[in-house]
Amino acid sequence: MSALLTITDVNKSFGGLKALSEVNLSVEQGSVHAIIGPNGAGKSTLLNVLIGKLIPDTGAVMFDGVSLLGLQPHEINQVGVSRVFQTPEIFGELSLIHNVIISTLASRDGAFNLAFWNRVDEDAEITDKAEELLADVGLLEKKDMISSSLSRGDKRRLELAMCLVQQPKLLLLDEPTAGMSRADTNSTIDLLKRIGEERGITKVIIEHDMHVVFSLAQKITVLAQGTPICEGKPEEIKGDPRVQEAYLGGAHL
Amino acid sequence: MNAAIATASSKAQPHAGEAPPNKGADLRNFAIFAVAILSMPLWLQPLGVAYPAFMQKIAIFGTLAIGFNLLFGLTGYLSFGHAAFLGVGSYAAVWSFKLLSMNAVPALIFGTLFGGLFALAIGFISLRRTGIYFSILTLAFAQMAYNLAYSVLTPITNGETALQVVKDDPRVLDAMFGAVGTSSAPVPNLFGMALTGDAGLIGFYFCALLMIGAFYISMRIFRSPFGMMLRAIKTNQQRMRFTGLNPRPYALAVFVVSGMYAGLAGSMMAVVDPLAGAERMQWTASGEVVLMTILGGSGTLIGPVLGAGAIKYFEVKLVEYNKTKLGEIFSFLPDSISDAVVSVSSLFVGGGWHLTLGLIFMLVVIFLPGGIVQGLGKLTSWVRRRTSSSNSASSKSADASQPAE
Ligand SMILES: Nc1ncnc2c1ncn2[C@@H]1O[C@H](COP(=O)(O)OP(=O)(O)OP(=O)(O)O)[C@@H](O)[C@H]1O
Ligand SMILES: [Mg+2]
Repeated sequence: MSALLTITDVNKSFGGLKALSEVNLSVEQGSVHAIIGPNGAGKSTLLNVLIGKLIPDTGAVMFDGVSLLGLQPHEINQVGVSRVFQTPEIFGELSLIHNVIISTLASRDGAFNLAFWNRVDEDAEITDKAEELLADVGLLEKKDMISSSLSRGDKRRLELAMCLVQQPKLLLLDEPTAGMSRADTNSTIDLLKRIGEERGITKVIIEHDMHVVFSLAQKITVLAQGTPICEGKPEEIKGDPRVQEAYLGGAHL
Repeated sequence: MNAAIATASSKAQPHAGEAPPNKGADLRNFAIFAVAILSMPLWLQPLGVAYPAFMQKIAIFGTLAIGFNLLFGLTGYLSFGHAAFLGVGSYAAVWSFKLLSMNAVPALIFGTLFGGLFALAIGFISLRRTGIYFSILTLAFAQMAYNLAYSVLTPITNGETALQVVKDDPRVLDAMFGAVGTSSAPVPNLFGMALTGDAGLIGFYFCALLMIGAFYISMRIFRSPFGMMLRAIKTNQQRMRFTGLNPRPYALAVFVVSGMYAGLAGSMMAVVDPLAGAERMQWTASGEVVLMTILGGSGTLIGPVLGAGAIKYFEVKLVEYNKTKLGEIFSFLPDSISDAVVSVSSLFVGGGWHLTLGLIFMLVVIFLPGGIVQGLGKLTSWVRRRTSSSNSASSKSADASQPAE
């Protein structure tokens, strides 16, 4: 198996705080790779580096044969990286269907397209796909609602639909089930499993909910204070004393 | 008609679960709009403003506001410099009259083109910032253009005297096609058909058709993928970037389109009155189109036109009044009271009409942030509720006993 994403010696400091130090990580093509660790470990910061929101102080990030460093956020998305944020980022003033249509258009027509004469609602290719994904996440009946009025869990599912419709090569999920009920969490796990199998999307998932981690991940990396402290299969990680200690240590800090 | 227009732009206050209008509804609303505009000479009659000069103004400022709304209403970028593009359009059109031909077509083309070119230059720089900084940059550029027009650029703008068409301008195209020279300065025409002077309503219909075209294009943009990306800019640029979209070229493109609309409006001004002065570029003129758009309902299709119409109507009506007229109105009051009432109310009319405009604007922003369109929407839903409840009430009473009729 080959690596889709390789992170080499990445460092990132905020003032005196070392948020990421010497991070080395490689994500296998087609796998689900979980990153866990206590609050403030640097998990979201790592994803921010991957999508071009933050530029690391040193290090290299290779994705599918191209370096992501120096690319603009929209260019990184266009090469096949989509992200679900820890706090849902959606187009709050627009309807659900328009949210999904926008990301469908972005993946079909590119970063800029001056199509000002044709009607979106008559572009069946786009609207069908958008509705299909809304149905997949169970939001189809709400498609004309303004998305800011959704519950937090629904916003998260909308954001997931916006990412999935792009059929990215790599999907980054920052706590995708936070704020969801147990039932919703389970249906999201099912959805992620199904989509993963159907479309072969590689996923990096950050999650505090160990139930989610152990049902999805094939590989787990534990991050503590900006550094990966161990990596392995779920069953290996479960019993590792260093992990227990990292979580307890994190709680003490 | 109001009901149809209100539904045409139901985007003002989006109700949960309401689908946007489909193509059929859009075409119907467009047809209603076109008929309403073209029949203005009839239905403005009772309001006492059915004269060409006023109706031309509606068409010209309507066009300006429609273009402004594409930028502000969709992307949220508030430009305070649109008067510059208006002025540039006027100058370009008058130069086209002077150098090429009195035909309106090249004048409109050059006006639109130069409006767009100026917007490209100003937008390229201003769009590096967002929010208030963007607004201030556009304002600064427009003020610069205004000052330059009075100073360095007087060879092009003719300074305070304003740029005018004179009898012996070169007009190479007219000369080539042997248009007959007249004794006085020639008037703008459309392939020989005069558009000003004794033309009566022809100048109005010319402008009205241009505005209807401008409205149609705006409608297409609203419903297009491009228009959707403009809304995305307003809502969440961050999400847009991480969705693979580059907001900058979208914002610049719509800024240029908006500048072209302003350039077109400026050249329409030159067509109905072939002269261009720098006062057209003053910041108050930039502010006026902001007021029109917000008053009518920004981000809606019809709002900007309603706002332009309302403000221009208030202007002519309030300017008409003066102390003597007010004195006649309040003459039924005892002298001492009537004097006081007249002197207070005279502050709000005549040259002071801006004070009234300011008050109206404040009331609208506070109570109807969606502008006139939101007001009409509320009104129609209220009427609908009233009629449906009275219908059911009367049918109930009909069941119970004989109707009172
Ligand atoms: N933009 C920023 N500026 C300054 N400090 C930051 C910034 N972003 C993150 N940090 C700091 O870097 C550290 C790592 O934060 P990060 O958000 O990556 O943690 P996390 O592992 O995602 O935690 P959580 O589980 O709470 O989401 C924290 O101490 C945080 O305060
Ligand atoms: Mg985080």
